[in-house]
Amino acid sequence: MKEIKYFLLKLIDVTALNFLEPVVRLCYGEEPKVQLEKIGLYILVPMVAFVAFLGLWWGVADNIMTKSGKVPTPPVVWHEASSMWSQHLAAREQRADFYKKQEVRVAELEQKLAQLETPQFEQRLEKTKADLEKLEAENSPRAKSKRAVYESMASQVSNLEAQIENAKTAQYAGAPTYIDQIILSLKTVFFGFAIATAIALPIGILCGISRVFMAAMTPLISLFKPVSPIVWLPICGIIVGAYINADNSSLPPAFISSAITVALCSLWPTLVNTALGVASIDKDHINVARVLRLGFWSRMFKIIIPSSLPLIFTGLRISLGVGWMVLIAAELLATNPGLGKFVWDAFQNGSSQTFAQMFVAVFTVGIIGLLLDRIMVIFQRAVSFDNAQAMAI
Amino acid sequence: MSFFELRHVDKSYGNGKDKTQVLDDVNLKIEENEFVAIVGFSGSGKTTLLSLMAGLIEPTNGAVTMQGKPLKGPGPDRGVIFQSYSLLPWLSVFGNIELAVKQVFPQFSRAERRAHIEKYIDMVHLTDASWKRPRELSGGMRQRVAIARALAMQPEMLLMDEPFGALDALTRGTLQEEVIKIWEEQRRTVLMITNDVDEAVLMADRIIALTPGPEATLGKSFDVHLERPRDPATLNFSDEYKHIRNEISHYLMDLNTESKKLKIPTHDLPLPDIRPKVFATA
Ligand SMILES: Nc1ncnc2c1ncn2[C@@H]1O[C@H](COP(=O)(O)OP(=O)(O)OP(=O)(O)O)[C@@H](O)[C@H]1O
Ligand SMILES: [Mg+2]
Repeated sequence: MKEIKYFLLKLIDVTALNFLEPVVRLCYGEEPKVQLEKIGLYILVPMVAFVAFLGLWWGVADNIMTKSGKVPTPPVVWHEASSMWSQHLAAREQRADFYKKQEVRVAELEQKLAQLETPQFEQRLEKTKADLEKLEAENSPRAKSKRAVYESMASQVSNLEAQIENAKTAQYAGAPTYIDQIILSLKTVFFGFAIATAIALPIGILCGISRVFMAAMTPLISLFKPVSPIVWLPICGIIVGAYINADNSSLPPAFISSAITVALCSLWPTLVNTALGVASIDKDHINVARVLRLGFWSRMFKIIIPSSLPLIFTGLRISLGVGWMVLIAAELLATNPGLGKFVWDAFQNGSSQTFAQMFVAVFTVGIIGLLLDRIMVIFQRAVSFDNAQAMAI
Repeated sequence: MSFFELRHVDKSYGNGKDKTQVLDDVNLKIEENEFVAIVGFSGSGKTTLLSLMAGLIEPTNGAVTMQGKPLKGPGPDRGVIFQSYSLLPWLSVFGNIELAVKQVFPQFSRAERRAHIEKYIDMVHLTDASWKRPRELSGGMRQRVAIARALAMQPEMLLMDEPFGALDALTRGTLQEEVIKIWEEQRRTVLMITNDVDEAVLMADRIIALTPGPEATLGKSFDVHLERPRDPATLNFSDEYKHIRNEISHYLMDLNTESKKLKIPTHDLPLPDIRPKVFATA
């Protein structure tokens, strides 16, 4: 029993879901009064606040009239969300159906091909070919009709092969569902985040270890940090458009320019925190490296980076948050398929149903942002060696 | 030429008005395999002196030489036990020692390295805590890790900055014995900084006092001729032990009072030259 309790508490600590801790402790009858107080504070109060918020929303929404009808109330939004979910499920079923039919068709065609390509057929084909060559060499008038026979036989096979190839590569062409759009958005944000990290980490480390480099970078950082995604996006769009063609690239230009915009806006927190982490490394740790005469790379990977990891992850966490926020705006402007474009299309449509869909998008963005943040907190905790540092949010 | 020498070493921090001279004209000669203890008051510049010898800082004036050659920065030939332990908090006890051992003995095989590290962990009685991180250890345990790390490097010279400061009397005793044992077996040159005269007399061949700062310098030097091995239990009854102990203690006490006398009270502000004036007219 005790072990389960410690396991649960450890799990809660690792996943940073601290509000669950009093629940576990209460289940084990540990100071019930204190735990109840904590549950009240960390679970009950937030729930009451949320319910109050829903009530307020309901009351206000009922009284606002727009071109797209009334502002959707919580039940309307909930209904819309569940219908979007069932649409998604239906679309998935259709897709599964499509691929199942495709499989059947491919199997049929392959069977036909197998039936056709018997040894006898092969022999006949060979023989016809030999005859044809002979006739042609003799310049016989029968060569023409022989050629027609040969070609029709050969084309039977190649036709079937082409059909199989077609059937195999055919893609389901249904419209992307809401969930597909979310996945697309996540792909874009992670691609942008990866670019941001790849740029920010090395530059941040260099800033931290070299005062000259820091002095050189400071004006650039201060200059570009406050620039809004709305400015970066068209610039990126033009530059990316100059190099990448929409038709023959595996990654659409809108995707790339959205990702780069995300990167440009979200690399700053990582850069600044990395530089701070590296620059503020404990002098004692440096002394250890000096006494051991660690080389540059050992010093980098065994002392400098581990000691600044907590701050690096703080930066990464903020960056991912910023990136997610920026992404929606970037997608909206770049019409890159994803949540941003979904909101834009809903706005263009202007019906009361799409109005409710926009509200669903608001909550989706919020919940996914929250989840991304939680994931980063877990990483942050895993790398921090100092508890106090991990607690600071 | 001695094994290790400091000649006319000055050390000051800061510039201009903020300049504080910590060490003034320090001269010290240490012979090979000698065990020297430096006793001094808090804040007098003991750590500064040790950092100079480790090569972590450079003297403002003067020269520091080892085997006749001027020091070129710090190096693993001078193992340092830092006063603040200087453990890497993201590494376990084992990991902290491993980092040093890997660097100093790159020729070790994996198994040899492991055995070597474990030997020193056992020596400081931390076998059960090998996989703990420094933050899960008490102050004394951390200090023991720092000792084990420095010893595992098997340096030519060991520089120890109050290495037993945070330990309880019992652990302190065993570790003092361990360090002496290693020193006797492997014959290393040792410089130990301490504020405990008993500890100095128990362990060292020679004890040198550092005068109180600022502008601290090395004072009188006392040779300890007590026979080794020295047993702390019976030492208390030795006349020579009592004698040298009292001599050093008195010397330090005199230094302290002297330095207090030297301090000129700065709050002795001159009074303004104002005299009562009689306004009444005759
Ligand atoms: N990096 C530094 N910059 C400026 N002043 C310093 C620096 N390091 C030490 N000092 C000063 O030098 C003096 C001696 O410091 P040091 O750490 O050597 O003393 P200590 O004898 O080791 O003290 P303790 O017994 O407390 O360890 C102190 O007055 C301190 O303020
Ligand atoms: Mg000190």
